[in-house]
Amino acid sequence: MSLDDATVRKIATLARIDVADADLAPLAKELSGIMSWIEQLQEVDTDSVEPMSGGTDMTLGWRKDAVSDGGHADKVLANAPESHEGFFGVPKVIE
Amino acid sequence: MNELVQLSLSDARDGLAKGDFSAVELTQAHVHAMEAHRDLNAYITEVPDLALERAKEADHNLGRGEAGALEGLPLGIKDLFCTEGILTTAASHILDGFTPPYESFVTANLKAAGAVTLGKTNLDEFAMGSSNESSYYGPAHNPWKRAGDPSHLVPGGSSGGSAAAVAARMCLAATGTDTGGSIRQPASFCGIVGMKPTYGRCSRWGIVAFSSSLDQAGPMTRTVRDSAMLLSVMAGHDPKDSTSADMPVPDFEAALTGDIKGLRIGIPAEYRLAELNADVAALWGKGINWLKDAGAEIIDIALPHTKYALPTYYIVAPAEASSNLARYDGVRFGLRVDGDSLDDMYTKTRAAGFGAEVKRRIFIGTYALSAGYYDAYYLKAQKVRQLIYQDFASAFENVDAILTPTTPTPAFPLGENSSDPVAMYLNDVFTVPASLAGIPGISVPAGLSGDGLPLGLQLLTKRWDEETLFRVAGVLEEAAGFTGHPLEGEG
Repeated sequence: MSLDDATVRKIATLARIDVADADLAPLAKELSGIMSWIEQLQEVDTDSVEPMSGGTDMTLGWRKDAVSDGGHADKVLANAPESHEGFFGVPKVIE
Repeated sequence: MNELVQLSLSDARDGLAKGDFSAVELTQAHVHAMEAHRDLNAYITEVPDLALERAKEADHNLGRGEAGALEGLPLGIKDLFCTEGILTTAASHILDGFTPPYESFVTANLKAAGAVTLGKTNLDEFAMGSSNESSYYGPAHNPWKRAGDPSHLVPGGSSGGSAAAVAARMCLAATGTDTGGSIRQPASFCGIVGMKPTYGRCSRWGIVAFSSSLDQAGPMTRTVRDSAMLLSVMAGHDPKDSTSADMPVPDFEAALTGDIKGLRIGIPAEYRLAELNADVAALWGKGINWLKDAGAEIIDIALPHTKYALPTYYIVAPAEASSNLARYDGVRFGLRVDGDSLDDMYTKTRAAGFGAEVKRRIFIGTYALSAGYYDAYYLKAQKVRQLIYQDFASAFENVDAILTPTTPTPAFPLGENSSDPVAMYLNDVFTVPASLAGIPGISVPAGLSGDGLPLGLQLLTKRWDEETLFRVAGVLEEAAGFTGHPLEGEG
């Protein structure tokens, strides 16, 4: 399994992590190494196996579809790098 | 060193109840120990003033006969648990300055039981690592050293700070979290008891999420009794975590009967790796004999998919992590690096805020979940995970518990495995299978390597059978008689 620079560039874009051009090739090599090691999973016969999607076989509980908490806008915003009048502040998205 | 810091959690509880010393004296002794061993970098944040204030209240409660189960007992809290009003970092730059306005369910239980928080312990960034070297705040050091060798060793990870603090008597006990071995591996490296409960036993609410189908909180202590005592308080149903078990929490301490006559202990052939350290292999043999001498029946078992557990884990955990860590975008909390646009701000913030190992796992997870690769990697890993669980389920039809080593080697020097990610991942070869299966496990310190480092043995039982786990662990602890102390000679 070998990941080329273009694939790693695409992954970095999807993950929203800036990667400098100079770091792309070493990163591709490192990720290729890990993915090659993971490739051994393909030798396991899983044809009739149900995927295990969680850590438990418990049935999830039900609760009333009702508001149970809220009214803490000040607390929610307390850790924000930027906030205005009860909202999170972000760079301009519409010109 | 003040003798109060040498007490076990349960002896300290009994001493407080009898009035042999006060909670303030006990806390003060630990605050001194915490300050004296700052070279270990075990704590990211110390809160001695809050601790002493809390200890005064505890003395008041003890005096009125209104003591909680952990009244006045000083603990370290892994800095992955959100603590109201106390900086919570997950050892990441991206959470700079984050002060939660709420308390995790587990630490809220500890508080309600009267425990005293000494501070927040060091860990690998977002609990991703096996050596504590990925912490933005620098690595914690293992208080143990090889005989005659001054080089610093890793405490293991990710709960490395908790393990180092418990071993160095900088707290009576600590909380940890275990996703693939992050409680058991550092416990083994530092000569303490580390226990991962059944997935769902402790609520994950308020614990910074890494891999939600694997993450589980657990106790890190110096004795098996302390482990049982602490888990009894940490566990319990929480409606805010839909995977938290709605079932009664047994009195785990009562499970320590000391009697394992007739119990069947499984020994898995697949854990006998060619590269197993000779001291570890020898200790495993001793452990088998100890349990046999105590009246248990030893049975050879097979867990045929063991070798696929690590590659399965390194798809499942990064996939879930890439999703969980999407929330760190410079908008709601922590670090923000300004950019020309919203997207530019996201990518710059995440590039600056995450360390190398965290980025590596986000990239692997993003790739495994991306269009065209989902079936080949993520779905495949979920299916192999099912087979790993089935291996355990079949084994537990014939045995009550399984005995294995906790780690393939003792603690290693800082920097030794940091250049090769896959070599680092192999540290968790014996702990990851139980994490994937969601079953409980415990590492009990059982002996020393030839060069004087602690080694742990791991016990596993079926889901929700922590009582058998503690019962066998208590017998193993008694037989091993581990009394090693990492700071011998320091007084």
